[in-house]
Amino acid sequence: MADVTLRKVVKRYDEVEAVRGIDLDIADHEFVVLVGPSGCGKSTTLRMIAGLEDITDGDIMIGGDVVNDVPPKDRDIAMVFQNYALYPHMTVAENMSFGLRLKRYPKAEIKTRVDEAARMLDIVELVDRKPKQLSGGQRQRVAMGRAIVRNPKVFLFDEPLSNLDAKLRVQMRIEIKKVHQKVRTTTVYVTHDQVEAMTLADRVVVMNNGRIEQIGTPNELYHNPATRFVAGFIGSPAMNFMSCRLEEIGGKMHIRLTDRIVFPLPPARAERYKTVSRTDKLQLGLRPEHITEASPHAEPGVENFDAVLDVIEPMGMETMIYFIIDGAEICGRVNPNADARAGAPMRLAIDLNNMHLLNEATGAVI
Amino acid sequence: MADVAIERKDSAPPRAARKRASLRTALKRKSTAAFLMTLPLILLISLLVIYPAFYSLHLATLNKSMQRFVGLGNFQFLFTRETFWLVVQQSCIFAITAVIFKALIGFVVAHFVHNIPAKGQRKWRGMLLVPWVIPPAMSTLAWLWLFDPSYSAFNYLLAGIGVDRIPWTGETGWARFSVILVNIWVGAPFFMIMYLASLKSVPDQLYEAAAIDGANWWQRIWYVTLPMMRNIIAITTLFSLIVTFANFDIVRILTAGGPLDRTHIFATWAFRIGIEGGDIPLGASVSLFMIPILAIAAVFILRDINKRGNEA
Repeated sequence: MADVTLRKVVKRYDEVEAVRGIDLDIADHEFVVLVGPSGCGKSTTLRMIAGLEDITDGDIMIGGDVVNDVPPKDRDIAMVFQNYALYPHMTVAENMSFGLRLKRYPKAEIKTRVDEAARMLDIVELVDRKPKQLSGGQRQRVAMGRAIVRNPKVFLFDEPLSNLDAKLRVQMRIEIKKVHQKVRTTTVYVTHDQVEAMTLADRVVVMNNGRIEQIGTPNELYHNPATRFVAGFIGSPAMNFMSCRLEEIGGKMHIRLTDRIVFPLPPARAERYKTVSRTDKLQLGLRPEHITEASPHAEPGVENFDAVLDVIEPMGMETMIYFIIDGAEICGRVNPNADARAGAPMRLAIDLNNMHLLNEATGAVI
Repeated sequence: MADVAIERKDSAPPRAARKRASLRTALKRKSTAAFLMTLPLILLISLLVIYPAFYSLHLATLNKSMQRFVGLGNFQFLFTRETFWLVVQQSCIFAITAVIFKALIGFVVAHFVHNIPAKGQRKWRGMLLVPWVIPPAMSTLAWLWLFDPSYSAFNYLLAGIGVDRIPWTGETGWARFSVILVNIWVGAPFFMIMYLASLKSVPDQLYEAAAIDGANWWQRIWYVTLPMMRNIIAITTLFSLIVTFANFDIVRILTAGGPLDRTHIFATWAFRIGIEGGDIPLGASVSLFMIPILAIAAVFILRDINKRGNEA
């Protein structure tokens, strides 16, 4: 077990800079998820920690030792690959024990460890099979077993669930979490799926364009995103963004969405935004769950307005509604009993206590 | 499933129509169509391979003038001749040594080519295939000049560094060395290209997983590359063993079996006896000896190749 530290890590391929100076501290026992769109540099970062890619600049430390030039086999890490990378000619047990056999562990010890891992992953009856006789989920378990038996300092997961179908993915996600709760090994996990990131991570690292956008717990990222990218990336359906302006009306600060739609800001928000320039182009960010059907009781900071619904999506426990404000499609989340009908007007409420105000030019959340 | 349902629906069609329909379904069946499409090839093979094979079996049972049936007489006669056993021994040495070196060189070169960046790889691949692409009869002539005892390039170079001339094709040991060398030169590119293709089909992530598991380069080859290439290695080795065993042109042109029959292999000796010596039935008997030897090799090498199948 060990902590992992990245200091100003850069990866350059000829002309392209894939990773542009990353600083990251991962504590012992922590489960950190790197998340971001394709090509954001998250896999490259993971592969640099594994030693499968050289680093162009900066330092990587595992357990306090700089490992920049240490080959993968001496870094004491284990990696689970997207396509499992099981050795097709070996049985499950041989796959899992390969690393230990190379290190010449005693046979009895190998057997104990493989049995233990197989029991933990519920693959005891599969140990004599070859990978091609296994389903995708079973292969993924074996790949995890291969990592567990090594008892390494760090687990690295490279999009391990991407090849599984949706149902299995949820199941394996829980499985991975259980395993981590048992073995407590420091884990770095790469995914492009923000749901995976949110559900698995102690801390999430959102990456974009070779840089870290924000690091935080899933709740921090969800409720206090630092940038427009994080705000839009985390959460499903995504956060709504509407152009807006701040205005002083009758001595109170208001937010104006269109000529006709203008809301007073709750006092806490008004206080927070009082230094914001009135001429800056701004955006209002609001999650779908903060746009609901109007309630008969007025609540502070919750303002009502009318909209004509474009599309409704009944999901069972809730109904997603879509409508247009000033050319932007807005998504809201209403009670399934709220009588939302496509093409019909509806009285809606927006909860400005949970609003985010963004600078349109810089993308920063104010 | 669907066919059954359709047949049931129109349960009693007229006889003629049913006959036509059954012909159509027979044609529609994949196996029938496949058989018809391969039929020309099957006919060609029967004509050019199966017929001559049986004809040579028949020939091997005749006497020298091809007038009288002698049963296994030719074989009995061969067993008593020292030269025959010499040829058996030489064929085995020739084929096994050449195939081992071809495979080794092909394997090593394939790794080198595999590690050349993709841009320059085509060029190298093309150049390395040249020995295999030139008709061996032509390239062997060039080798013959290189091996010439008096004026050859090799001996000239050796003289330059003060080494005595080597009788490349004139002395038993050197003559055997020379024919094997040329055979390796011609055959190694085939192994190279087969191994290269097979190397390319090994997923990179297996090597990465092995690297993380702690395997050094040699263990990566031993535990990942070789098992993944096992089938290709078996098939190319067998194929090359057959071709090398039955080799004719290189030995014929380079040494013609000499000196003193010391480089004869089955095909060249069969030619010497059958065509040049005028005893066609005896020549046929000699060439038939290749079949049991190769059959045993095939069984050994292809054993459980199906079982291993495509494990990936």
